Amino acid sequence: MESIILQIAARHMRPLLVVLSLIVLYRGHNEPGGGFIGGLMFGAAYILYAMAFGVEKTQKSLFFNPINLTALGLLVALLSGIPALLLGNSFMTGEWYTFFAQTAFELKLGTPLIFDVGVYFAVAGMLMLVMFSIMEE
Amino acid sequence: MLFLLAILIGVLYGAAVYLLLRRNIFKLILGLIFLGHATNMLLFVAGGLTSGRPAFLRGLQDETIGMSDPLPQALILTAIVIGLGVTAFALTLVYRFYKVTKTVDFDELSENE
Amino acid sequence: MILVLPIILPLLFMVVLIFTRRWLFFQQAFSLLASIVLTFVSALILADVYQNGIMAVQPGSWEAPFGITLVADTFSALMMTTTSFVAIIVMIFSPGFIDKERQTAGYYPLVFGLLMGVNGALITGDLFNLYVWYEVMLTSSFVLIALGGSAEQLRGSIKYVTINFIASIFFVSAIGILYGQTGTLNMADLAAKMRTWEGGSYINSALMLFFIAFSVKSALVPFFFWLPASYHTPPIAITALFAGTLTKVGVYTMFRFYSLFVVFDQQFWQIFILTLAGLTMFIGVLMAASQFDIRKILSFHIISQVGYMVMGLGIFTVSGIAGAIYFTIHNMLSKTNTFLAGGLVYQRSGSYDLKYLGGLYKASPFLALLFFIPAMSLAGIPPLPGFFGKFFLIKGGFEAQQYFITAVAILTGLFTLFSMVKIWNEAYWKKEPEDVKVKNGKVHPSTFVATALLALAVILLGVFAGPVMEISMNAGEQIVNPEMYINAVLGR
Repeated sequence: MESIILQIAARHMRPLLVVLSLIVLYRGHNEPGGGFIGGLMFGAAYILYAMAFGVEKTQKSLFFNPINLTALGLLVALLSGIPALLLGNSFMTGEWYTFFAQTAFELKLGTPLIFDVGVYFAVAGMLMLVMFSIMEE
Repeated sequence: MLFLLAILIGVLYGAAVYLLLRRNIFKLILGLIFLGHATNMLLFVAGGLTSGRPAFLRGLQDETIGMSDPLPQALILTAIVIGLGVTAFALTLVYRFYKVTKTVDFDELSENE
Repeated sequence: MILVLPIILPLLFMVVLIFTRRWLFFQQAFSLLASIVLTFVSALILADVYQNGIMAVQPGSWEAPFGITLVADTFSALMMTTTSFVAIIVMIFSPGFIDKERQTAGYYPLVFGLLMGVNGALITGDLFNLYVWYEVMLTSSFVLIALGGSAEQLRGSIKYVTINFIASIFFVSAIGILYGQTGTLNMADLAAKMRTWEGGSYINSALMLFFIAFSVKSALVPFFFWLPASYHTPPIAITALFAGTLTKVGVYTMFRFYSLFVVFDQQFWQIFILTLAGLTMFIGVLMAASQFDIRKILSFHIISQVGYMVMGLGIFTVSGIAGAIYFTIHNMLSKTNTFLAGGLVYQRSGSYDLKYLGGLYKASPFLALLFFIPAMSLAGIPPLPGFFGKFFLIKGGFEAQQYFITAVAILTGLFTLFSMVKIWNEAYWKKEPEDVKVKNGKVHPSTFVATALLALAVILLGVFAGPVMEISMNAGEQIVNPEMYINAVLGR
């Protein structure tokens, strides 16, 4: 499909969607959003690109292989359970740490966010893997 | 509301079974998707319908309102994700099957050719 | 904390194997090593559970009825150990049997995905989590069964995916109904609530839905038809792995559910389950007798032998359950072994069809021996473990005065012997068919070693029937007295 409108749209939408997916990922902490939905958006950005420019070109523009991204996601999700073990708690216990406490930039981060990042990668990779294998040919 | 949802679930199950009984393999996949959604709705209804109550409370100041049970929705979310995975795989499978056999008819599935 | 290892180790191995999927030799060596590590860990858990009683862990520090609990009792630890042991054998077998394309297309990572799902389903103490592990296991098996994508495989896997998806739907609906009625998903908590349950008959419909779901997954009559329609399509190493693990997890879950939720309504369920068990044994073995493809004969035998395990469940005395558990362990080993021996036949003569086979005993007596051991074990010839398994089951049946089902079990044993002898006669003893040219292939050393090792394990299981039976008795006691499980999980 050679549509110039789609191509221009895809080229500009891709970075936008990626940034948006990251926002949704971070938001998932306390509000609607999260790793799964963020990962879907990330995948959708590249699927849109692939619809406009073809799978081959998209894969070249990716600096990773989707299946490796999925594996990385699984690894990150797994590792998010380890800090709890080091602190003497049960595996996968949520450990939180507050940065810049009592200031305007108070930032609460914890292992569930790491888990969510893992989900994000895994979902994005899996979605791209499936869609690319269907869209090829 | 409960009544409407019950009818909706029934219709979804009916459509799913109808599609599962078609000869076309692609419609079989559609039937599976419907079946999954019908079951998600069933989970939702079976978990108890509560309206106008929050799923999460911040602090304890709103204790008089009570809260609705967030767990069925968490279950449905998980079930949807799993359903998505299986459906994606099934679609790829049918697509490959079509490429190999050039047909989506069920007769092609029988082994005595 | 060791209890989370059977789940996170396969995940870790899977990730490593995905990253290194192009390096064939590394994949083979690493997955062999990894399955040995897994077996070791499971054996440690088994030893611990056998000595100190049921082990429960609360990952995420959420206390029992609210969080997801991991529980290992003797039965699940025993199943885990056997599963990983079967995986070792299949990992030795695969390099010499599966073509390089499939091996580098993700075969090894998928096997560990499957093992993760199996282990998870064996040790979870939460209903919904059980469903999730089932899906992990099934999704891996979906991809494994379609791996390579020949037309025959695709045909088989469409049936397999459809029927398993529908069974999962039954499973989730049952969970939804049960949760709506009782408000808990923790299996121990649910069981504790069920003993004082007075809230109406929704529970029975949920239990029936569960029963249907697990009878599909463990291939009980009348839901067995998908198994012989799909199991013979992938390379036989994959079939062997499935035969040794998947249906048995269904049986395990049925045991767990029966012990926790159903015992209060036994007069209905006992007759129901015994009837189905008898039908399953008998129909499975009859259909096996009419087949001519080795893989199909063995697939129908899986069904028949699931009948035996469920029969032990229906008897529901300590000795009956212990017999069923011993039988399950024996079946996981012997069944895998017969499939692998079938693979050797294929490598040797290029066919699974009995009509085109013959003269293998004369040509290679060692291969014949490797088939003879597990086949006779399945048929129940002493001193092989199949004999002890059936003996304990039948003894349990007599003690519980279930004479009819016991008679069916004995009769089925006779038919099993018949169809094993049929393979033996046709493939090994009969003269080579003259009109078809039998391929004179070479057996790869790795496949031979794997099959021989497993045959050795089968013999050892028969020789050490006493100690294994003691462990099974321990497991049987835990199944018959669910209070132990409930107290261990809820920390009372």
